[in-house]
Amino acid sequence: MITGEQKPIKEIIKIVELYKSLLILGCGTCVKTCFAGGEDEVAVLASALRLAFQKTGKKIQVKEFTIERQCENEFIQEAASEVAQSDAVLSLACGAGVQAIAKRYAAVPVLPGVNTTFIGIQESRGIFTEECSGCGNCELAKFGGICPVTRCAKKILNGPCGGSQNGKCEINPDTDCAWHLIIDRLTALDLMDNLKAYIPPKNWSTSLSGGPRKLIREDHII
Amino acid sequence: MKTEPLSNLQKILSQGKFAVTGECGPPRGANQDVIAKKIELLKGYVDAVNVTDNQTAIVRMSSIAASAHLVSAGLEPIMQMVVRDRNRIAIQSDIMGAYSLGIRNILCLSGDHQKFGSQPDALNVFDIDSMNLIRAVKDMRDQGKDMSGYDLDVAPAMFIGAAANPFADPFEYRVLRLAKKIDAGADFIQTQCIYNMDRFKEWIKRAADQGLTEKAFILGGVTPLKSAGMARYMNSKVAGMDVPDEIIKRMDGAAKDKQVEEGLKICIETIEQLREIDGVSGVHIMAIGWEEVVARIVKEAGLKK
Repeated sequence: MITGEQKPIKEIIKIVELYKSLLILGCGTCVKTCFAGGEDEVAVLASALRLAFQKTGKKIQVKEFTIERQCENEFIQEAASEVAQSDAVLSLACGAGVQAIAKRYAAVPVLPGVNTTFIGIQESRGIFTEECSGCGNCELAKFGGICPVTRCAKKILNGPCGGSQNGKCEINPDTDCAWHLIIDRLTALDLMDNLKAYIPPKNWSTSLSGGPRKLIREDHII
Repeated sequence: MKTEPLSNLQKILSQGKFAVTGECGPPRGANQDVIAKKIELLKGYVDAVNVTDNQTAIVRMSSIAASAHLVSAGLEPIMQMVVRDRNRIAIQSDIMGAYSLGIRNILCLSGDHQKFGSQPDALNVFDIDSMNLIRAVKDMRDQGKDMSGYDLDVAPAMFIGAAANPFADPFEYRVLRLAKKIDAGADFIQTQCIYNMDRFKEWIKRAADQGLTEKAFILGGVTPLKSAGMARYMNSKVAGMDVPDEIIKRMDGAAKDKQVEEGLKICIETIEQLREIDGVSGVHIMAIGWEEVVARIVKEAGLKK
């Protein structure tokens, strides 16, 4: 999933307080799972904002609405009338959702209420870890299913570096050394030969380095 | 290739002489007098000098420029190059430029993560890794081609170095990675500072068993300890460093005003031991910010210069 984290309330207030009528728009998929922008988070943020505006004597109407996915047109459509009645939309979706809403509803400013963090998993309740960089050229087969591009702080393809100690990364004792995990896993799978092979420089043209990407599925275009 | 040595360092090593390399950290500013002073302290005592590339991710004068100052002063540089700050385009271009300035040795490194530096907000690059860098420099030299396969007019012919850390984990994998670096094109290897001699000996024995010490020259790294506090700090805070208890105890055992002497004694003993180990071709003395001590270490360790 795509993970995100709600922005600090002070930052949110600063970007929304210019408007008279604000719609907080939640998203019921990824950001709901990581407790950043689902229906519950919309309700909590709305209450906090109302209270804050009351305290400072600002007359701003705060409305709440959540759709299943802000990144898909059929769901975005459901928010049309709510958006039309607001001066601004505070989207609690990921960056893709914010932009999809902005693209669809050109008449109102669409503001981000969440910092999109990464593509990851919920390792245990409340703990999310980054697993994929979306580089466009998956090489997990070589690395025992552990991605050094994402999980090694130096993106080393022929690792590990000299800073790996006791299975931890030099940048943070709480961060596992991806290469330590790769070696353990390939050893367990009896695939140590993978490690002896020289891995050539990565082709980054399929990543963001090649400019904004577009995926075209001719077979699905109607 | 290699009919004529590419550099003085290669010449010394090929002749089977025990090589001595030092280290010079460029200044945090544009003052070339700082470099001149360090050159004065090192010249005549070492065969070549590593010039660091924004070490610990703190912004300094570039290693290329500082290396060029060394060339002009007649002291041979080993230009360090990290893949943290440059993509492959800049790396190849800088290597060509460095060669044109008379730089003949390169040490290929990943680089300390910028998190430890003075500007942790910076974007890092890591377009290629240190292994890829070694191979790229080798291909430029031996094939005369850049990474795209383009034939270079004059190819930079560098004597290629890489780093190895026998003290990082997982230990079993360290020799395999050394083999990979040598296979990628490393002509010489400089190791992380050696305090744990037992572990170093085990590592180099495994390397020798695989014939690696025949394929590349291994220079053992040493850094004189200044105090027991420094020994403890290096052991616990510096990534990939292993300072055993007996070394810390030895430093503790010396009176406060005698700890510098004790540290030098340990360093000199380490060098003497290194000279006795099969497969060790030289010593790399890392005394960054303490260049004045290098001459003394070289003399007292009996490394005739």
